[in-house]
Amino acid sequence: MPSITPAEVAHLARLARLDLPPDHLARLAGELDVILASVAKVGEVATADIPPTSHPLPLTNVFRADVVHACLTPDEALAAAPSVEAGRFRVPRILDEEA
Amino acid sequence: MTGLTRRTAADLAAVVASGEASAVEVTRAHLDRIAAVDAGVHAFLHVDADGALAAAAAVDASRAAGVPLGPLAGVPLALKDVLTMRGIPTTCGSRILQGWRPPYDATVTSRLKAAGVVILGKTNMDEFAMGSSTEHSAYGPTHNPWDLDRIPGGSGGGSAAAIAAFEAPLAIGTDTGGSIRQPAAVTGTVGVKPTYGGVSRYGLVALASSLDQAGPCARTVLDAALLHAVIAGHDPLDSTSIDAPVPAVVEAALTADVRGMRVGVVRELTGEGYQAGVQQRFDEAVALLAGLGADVVEVSCPHFPYALAAYYLILPSEASSNLAKFDGMRFGLRAGDDGSHSVEEVMGLTRAEGFGDEVIRRIMLGTYALSAGYYDAYYGSAQKVRTLITRDFAAAFEQVDVLVSPTAPTTAFKLGEKLDDPLAMYLNDIATIPANLAGTPGMSLPVGLAPQDGLPVGLQIMAPVMADDRLYRVGAALEAALLSRWGAPILEGAPVL
Repeated sequence: MPSITPAEVAHLARLARLDLPPDHLARLAGELDVILASVAKVGEVATADIPPTSHPLPLTNVFRADVVHACLTPDEALAAAPSVEAGRFRVPRILDEEA
Repeated sequence: MTGLTRRTAADLAAVVASGEASAVEVTRAHLDRIAAVDAGVHAFLHVDADGALAAAAAVDASRAAGVPLGPLAGVPLALKDVLTMRGIPTTCGSRILQGWRPPYDATVTSRLKAAGVVILGKTNMDEFAMGSSTEHSAYGPTHNPWDLDRIPGGSGGGSAAAIAAFEAPLAIGTDTGGSIRQPAAVTGTVGVKPTYGGVSRYGLVALASSLDQAGPCARTVLDAALLHAVIAGHDPLDSTSIDAPVPAVVEAALTADVRGMRVGVVRELTGEGYQAGVQQRFDEAVALLAGLGADVVEVSCPHFPYALAAYYLILPSEASSNLAKFDGMRFGLRAGDDGSHSVEEVMGLTRAEGFGDEVIRRIMLGTYALSAGYYDAYYGSAQKVRTLITRDFAAAFEQVDVLVSPTAPTTAFKLGEKLDDPLAMYLNDIATIPANLAGTPGMSLPVGLAPQDGLPVGLQIMAPVMADDRLYRVGAALEAALLSRWGAPILEGAPVL
């Protein structure tokens, strides 16, 4: 069982968009090690001949009739937004990295 | 009329229908009870007194106008804070959703409203339903009415505690790995996880979409069945909703006959790891079932010991994806938006500030399990174990009609006792997780108090997919036999709050 390095934990946190302080990352490295060592038990019985199950129901695509339904108004959709401008969600600048 | 809070939901519906008391009086009695005891229990995150009284008044007006009432009209209910209710705060026990008022009702909520059920408020829970103790709520833990120093189970500890403390006769919970059944077990109440797809997930804030299922919490098996019948059934708004008739759960609860039924005790879910008092009360209840005419045998489900490991890969993987939407852009908390940070930085700051430790732990675990290079070894293998668990159930249900086990390995533990040991906390769900992985229904009902600590013990009944009625048939028979043995419902023995 490979143990997780602080660098790997920092990479995971970046992928998950979690801006965590170094002490929290260090604590997580230890905790994830213990949990992963335990859950790795699945490898004992998960042999190549067993098909995976992703979902309890054997569903394929479920379609509905293509008809117009009532839906939220723009005001209702924006009512809980942290920031709104001109009838739209206002978000921070998005072109930082390329700038 | 304080006596109203001790009545069953079935009784209260009859009380309202007959005019013995109005729905407003019934609702007011429960709001008074909440005001009297919830400072100590903390089952509720939000009480909607005005809305509840208005809903009750509407039921009374319908009755006065001669409109036929549904089977639970005028009966109060506590709604887990993971289900949306239009205009009412829905936090999922998280800081990231503090103050969010959803613009729509969950299907469960709209069906309750249509049935005339009076929604008292929203109940406390582990953040985004991740936990077995309600200690992971951002708003402080719920306390077990049997002993306020102990956990009420989780994640739906608020819903279970509300009914155990007589703050409501009914509640809605959600069960991803045991979050309805384990709180029921440790609070001496009844909780049912329906067949996956039996109750719509529309408006249920998703934890793990292939596992989540809403269901009823109550003090009696019949009350749970009445509530089950109100919320279940096909919903076009949920693509995983089963388009088939709802199992006849109310009729089954009224039948309460196990003669000739084959009951299988799951060998892998007893013995080592189970508290002596839990095992003792479980064994006595199984003997009681045999005495009632059930054919009891032992059944082996050899892959169940791998269910916990598979679950703690599948759940975090799905959760890490589902919780990506909480990024501070369209609703909820936004942190660090001071003009100096990019959108990606604001997302990172928002999520670090808005999520608690357990949610962060599981998002990180899921992100790891899904990453390139680890996917096959972790998530892929967990999906294969899921197949093996489903096959175990199928083989077992060729031999028996229902399976039974203790619901949880121990009675309620002390608040704080397992908070620093995530793996020890995860073990609480060891007996309940297999049903979530396979999509099968399960019920927990109280079967006594453990002699060592005087705390409630739950027995779990499991049935095949869409045979939810069998849970109620067996549960009601066992409940009736235990009641005649005890002379009074188990909650009458709980301390006076």
